[in-house]
Amino acid sequence: MSDINETPDEAGDTGHEWDGIRELKNPIPRWWMVSFYASILWLVLYLILYPSIPLITGNSEGLLGWTQVKEYKDGMKEVEAIRAPFEKRIKELDVGGILKDTELSQFAIASSKVLFGDHCAPCHGSGGQGTSGLYPVLVDDDWLYGGKIETIVETIAEGREGSMPGHKDSLSQKELDDVVKFVQSLSAGSFYAPGKKVYLGETAGEAECAGCHGEDGKGLTDFGSANLADGIWRFDGTQEGIMHTILYGVNEDNPDTRKAKMPAFGEKLMPEQIKKLAVKVHLLGGGQ
Amino acid sequence: MSENIKEQELAELYSESEYWHVNLGETTIHAKRISGKFRNIKWIIAAAVYLPCFLVPYIRWEGKQAILLDIPGRKFNFFSLHIWPQEVWMLALLLMLFFLVMHAVTSVAGRVFCGYFCWQTVWVDVFTWIEEKLEGPPVARVKLDAAPLSFHKVKIKAAKHTIFLLLGVFTGISFISYFIDVYDMWGYYFTLSGPKEIWITILPFAIGTYLGVAFMREQICFWLCPYARIQGVMSDADTIMPTYNFKRGEPRGKIKRESGDDEKKLGDCIDCSLCVAVCPTGIDIRHGQQEGCITCGLCIDACNSIMEKVDRPKELITYISLRELLGHRHRPFYKRGRVLLYFAIILSLCSGIVWGLITITPLSLTVIRERQPLFVMLSNGDIQNKYTLKILNKSNSDIDVAVKVRGLRGAVLELRPSKITVPAGKLKKVTAFVREHRENIDGKSTLTYFKVENMKNKKMRDSYKTVFMGPKR
Ligand code: SF4
Ligand code: SF4
Repeated sequence: MSDINETPDEAGDTGHEWDGIRELKNPIPRWWMVSFYASILWLVLYLILYPSIPLITGNSEGLLGWTQVKEYKDGMKEVEAIRAPFEKRIKELDVGGILKDTELSQFAIASSKVLFGDHCAPCHGSGGQGTSGLYPVLVDDDWLYGGKIETIVETIAEGREGSMPGHKDSLSQKELDDVVKFVQSLSAGSFYAPGKKVYLGETAGEAECAGCHGEDGKGLTDFGSANLADGIWRFDGTQEGIMHTILYGVNEDNPDTRKAKMPAFGEKLMPEQIKKLAVKVHLLGGGQ
Repeated sequence: MSENIKEQELAELYSESEYWHVNLGETTIHAKRISGKFRNIKWIIAAAVYLPCFLVPYIRWEGKQAILLDIPGRKFNFFSLHIWPQEVWMLALLLMLFFLVMHAVTSVAGRVFCGYFCWQTVWVDVFTWIEEKLEGPPVARVKLDAAPLSFHKVKIKAAKHTIFLLLGVFTGISFISYFIDVYDMWGYYFTLSGPKEIWITILPFAIGTYLGVAFMREQICFWLCPYARIQGVMSDADTIMPTYNFKRGEPRGKIKRESGDDEKKLGDCIDCSLCVAVCPTGIDIRHGQQEGCITCGLCIDACNSIMEKVDRPKELITYISLRELLGHRHRPFYKRGRVLLYFAIILSLCSGIVWGLITITPLSLTVIRERQPLFVMLSNGDIQNKYTLKILNKSNSDIDVAVKVRGLRGAVLELRPSKITVPAGKLKKVTAFVREHRENIDGKSTLTYFKVENMKNKKMRDSYKTVFMGPKR
């Protein structure tokens, strides 16, 4: 145990002296030497076992054959083994079946996070909150084309393109003002009678609003026409905003038209991926 | 060396040095074993404290190991009580409690822990007992150590070290048995299988026990143990410790056959050095209290046996405070400020732990508000907020949970899934949608509470404060 040197002078000195301080030739403590040699041994073993020595075209591989990539791949294999049974059932079941299975839909939500972020979030927002006036909200219960799970799959796979004619030339200023007032009154739960006439095409302008939006203004999911009678606005719910939509239409051939186009993902994504996304969107809050 | 230090001054400088031998472990201490009161106390405590330590893991409770520190499962199980990481603050209190109890005990009666409870000294005691059984009493052991290598010596030494190593391994295994189901553990060991941790963990314990107890022994108490290093500040003149009553004992001197006037002048100590011979740390208590004394009291036993033989009053070495030894009145612990302060802190720590244990609920709720978007306007104009409820069931049985939302006037709560059963020991995530009429929300955000409740036992519940957000009015 004790390494105390009772006679430090015995070993003599090197002859070096600085201000009376001499450099002695005492041996280094044994424990220090032992650790020193042990670390050399460690180094040699490490060089042999692990990739370490840089060579011209790469590096020595080491007896254990360990690499970071291999470790990462092994980890991924483990993850995939856990996921595999879920993925298999998602492939087999139709989307309605997935939705009925709570566990499976939880898996669909969790595993479609990246997909949603890559393909949906740029327009619809990372939480499905939409972009006001441009891209629809996914978390509410208002659906242009319908909120059934099968319809959502269809929407994602085939895309959607809205259409509404502009009425800049066909309606007079009075008719326009009236119909805007009518649309506003619809969502407030009342009817502005003069505007209703315009809406139903009973005036000179022969507008055909009811043909797409329905007589009650609730919209028809077959056409993807917006529900005018609720509190949610596809574009802009202010008076000027409604006027703008009616004047220039949607996806029309004029520079001021509203744009409503969702790309089709059927080519880009695999059917399972679309199923997962549909389940996620359906469960965001408004699925029917 | 400077010439002008005089011979006599030099002698004075070193007058103390022959007394103060510093034990650096050059020679193994072979302490004599002697029976007596403190010897018995030591055995009783070793049996009462340490046997249970080895046996406790084998107790079953509700079909599981009663005391199990389940690291992979992240919970500590004590019979019906399950402590989850959330309650770790109690562990902090418990550690503080240990620390304070140590302080309090040390200031009252010195290193009681070292002398009677410390695993190091208890294990050294057991190891040296085995050594004595194999190699004989101290004199024989010293002889054997000095003897040249022979078949006889190798045989005894090999047997001894094998037993020491096995005890080391057993110590490691017993430690591990608190962290893994003990029956599974033995299964793994016998079939040479199981997680690699249970094999690796044995090593430091086996090596540590072997080196620390078989070789270093009192050196650990002298130079390694942090408690030993700081106990000096915990004790004071009022602390009772094994002390040599120098007033009675000095001047010491050997008993002569024919008693003369000489002997009259001598004190009670007959200078037999038995107190040194029995001391497990090899110190001489007659030099006064010192860093090596673990207050085991064995020297008291030794001296008392001598005093009995020579027919002098016992307790020449005895548990006494320095104050009393010097002739002042002993101050009992309940009159000492520092002890009272320690007890006050201990009391508050205990109440904290008891409060924690009483208020632990097996059901706990955390609510995370959806922030993207903060709220949703529905087609009928209502506002909808989305929350994720994380319901944790810390008990051993599944719980059917009812969820309520409070703080909103007309709130409609929709849960997914609508029927919630949280499996035993699991966390369940539930999505909650809350809908409220726009007129009912006053400002931008309204204080809202979620409550969860065991449907079968309404007392088991928890609540969480959050907000309901809506548009600015
Ligand atoms: S055992 Fe007692 S009498 Fe013997 S040397 Fe120690 S103090 Fe003195
Ligand atoms: S001096 Fe006495 S009490 Fe202290 S360690 Fe030695 S035998 Fe034990």
